Amino acid sequence: MLLFRAERIMKLGLKSLWMHRLRSVLTILGIVFGVCSVIAMLAIGEGASRDAQRAIARLGSTNLIIETVKPPEEAADRGEVQRIDKYGLTYSDAESIHNTLTNTDVTVPVRIIDQQCRYQRRNVAVKVIGTIPWYTQTSPIKVIQGRFLSSMDLQYQLAVCVIDEDVAKKLFAFEEPMGRHVQIRGDYYRVVGIAAQRDIEESTGRFAGKDRASTTGGGVAGNVYIPVTTAQRRFTEISFQMSGGSGSAAKVELQKIIVKVGDNEQVLAAEKVLQDLLDRRHQKKDYQITIPLALLREAARTRRIFSIVLGSIAAISLLVGGIGIMNIMLATVSERTREIGIRRAVGAQKKDIIIQFLSETLLLTLTGGVMGIVVGSIIPMLVEYFGNMPTVITGSSLVLAFGISAGVGVIFGLYPAYRAANMDPIESLRHE
Amino acid sequence: MDVVSIEKLSKIYQLGAVGVHALRDVDFAIEEGQYIAIMGPSGSGKSTLLNLLGCLDRPTSGRYLLHDTDVSKLNDGELSAIRGRQIGFIFQSYNLIDQLNVAENIELPMFYQGLSQHRSAQRAMELAELVGLGDRLRHRPFQLSGGQQQRVAIARALANDPVIVLGDEPTGNLDSASGAEILQILERLHQAGKTIIVVTHDTAIAAKAQRVIHLLDGRIERDINN
Repeated sequence: MLLFRAERIMKLGLKSLWMHRLRSVLTILGIVFGVCSVIAMLAIGEGASRDAQRAIARLGSTNLIIETVKPPEEAADRGEVQRIDKYGLTYSDAESIHNTLTNTDVTVPVRIIDQQCRYQRRNVAVKVIGTIPWYTQTSPIKVIQGRFLSSMDLQYQLAVCVIDEDVAKKLFAFEEPMGRHVQIRGDYYRVVGIAAQRDIEESTGRFAGKDRASTTGGGVAGNVYIPVTTAQRRFTEISFQMSGGSGSAAKVELQKIIVKVGDNEQVLAAEKVLQDLLDRRHQKKDYQITIPLALLREAARTRRIFSIVLGSIAAISLLVGGIGIMNIMLATVSERTREIGIRRAVGAQKKDIIIQFLSETLLLTLTGGVMGIVVGSIIPMLVEYFGNMPTVITGSSLVLAFGISAGVGVIFGLYPAYRAANMDPIESLRHE
Repeated sequence: MDVVSIEKLSKIYQLGAVGVHALRDVDFAIEEGQYIAIMGPSGSGKSTLLNLLGCLDRPTSGRYLLHDTDVSKLNDGELSAIRGRQIGFIFQSYNLIDQLNVAENIELPMFYQGLSQHRSAQRAMELAELVGLGDRLRHRPFQLSGGQQQRVAIARALANDPVIVLGDEPTGNLDSASGAEILQILERLHQAGKTIIVVTHDTAIAAKAQRVIHLLDGRIERDINN
């Protein structure tokens, strides 16, 4: 019964809207654009924020990451030739941090060297990571075969390595990598473990480094982990850089020190201590402390602001669409004054008239809502495909958009419907 | 038995500061099954009386009993219900809804009374056959002649089997042949026992009616039984 009524009312609404096709379509467009911009913007925002948060979270929320940065060059240095620029974190920094910070879980020194890794005739560019076994506690590295570096490896400076899955795939086409020896700069290292591919370590700070693209873009296949002691003995700490025709040499002991504290509460206190400690030990500002936890909080705040801005834009565009709808419905009501009079004369209650016009408005906005959802879901895909930006369409954004379009229909449809219902039947019947 | 009984019915329209008496203390009663014509020059209060009888308007004072219900005391919702169930309107300009076809127009009063689709569709078909339009159910009003449209309007007026059928110049827009058809149908309804009240200038209708009420300046001038 009720269903029949609803069906009848909807059918009638469709008929009336169909009589003014162009007008209906134009009105719907207002809602389509509103809804589709809400969805598209939310998807792009969500994608960007998830991407950032995932990257930050991977750094570990209880970690403090200290990275070597090239100190700002002083003018006097430029003239001198044959000078080796010595800067950055040192083994003794790591030692000192470990001894000073009582509540640290682990302090992990990281050395990062760009090298070629060879097996027989195959050759891939890798990042050689010199570190200690406890690296696994600060970075969520997953060993899928064999083992990670051990304290024995470290103590005896053994020539062993753990390679990334991708490196393994590129070097060993059909062979079992475990136990084989790969060659890095003349020395052979026995493969003792294979790790699931994770972010390629970078020699500069992930968030501070401006040249992120240049460090990841060089066709580096992945990471190769070796004991830091081995790295210290076998690889020079001096690197040459060519810039503008003249070469400069730099000596850097460690690219990174990762400090892990017990829980989130201790992170900020630890940062202060670290800052003081390193201040005392370094004349130049050649290091940088990154705190993933702070970045996470920052990201959360940014996201909140982003949501507010998006919300306002969405609200405005839907408001405009809603006003358009109200305008059209008011015109419709006055055009159909006589029809309203007839309906009232044959027994329609005020509420019947309200339901009729409200359902027409809802039909417009919900159609607009559905179309908006479809178009709004396609746009992020295009952005992802052509703009190379991650997007995430959440179910809640679809529900929100649909709910808003329904809400706009009710809010902006109520007044015209109310006006229709309250017209005097006698006057309406006389209306031409 | 009286279907309609009106006592001291007055209607005053307020036009700015001036009150215009459209009806002054009108008294009459209508027996069930009567066929009545209400006549009078324009401005005599015919339309006002028709609107009051049709429950589209409320009197300023006086009583209007429709089947023992004092209609003058009812609110808008109750009046709507009375209009839907007890009164059938036939207008001069037919007043069909253009978006709806013949069947849907006839079903409209039943829809508002909550009749099931099956029953209202069936009744619409019977009524369309009654007015000779059984083959035009799917036509839209603009595809019909004036006389046919008015017959659809009559079918619609009968949809909920009303106590009284009210006609407002039902032949006013029609040529004499179509007008005669309409009168024939009204005659048939009268013979079937319907109470019919028609406001008209048309002396042909007046001649067919059992009783003619002449209005002048808001009062009953003459009340003649033919």
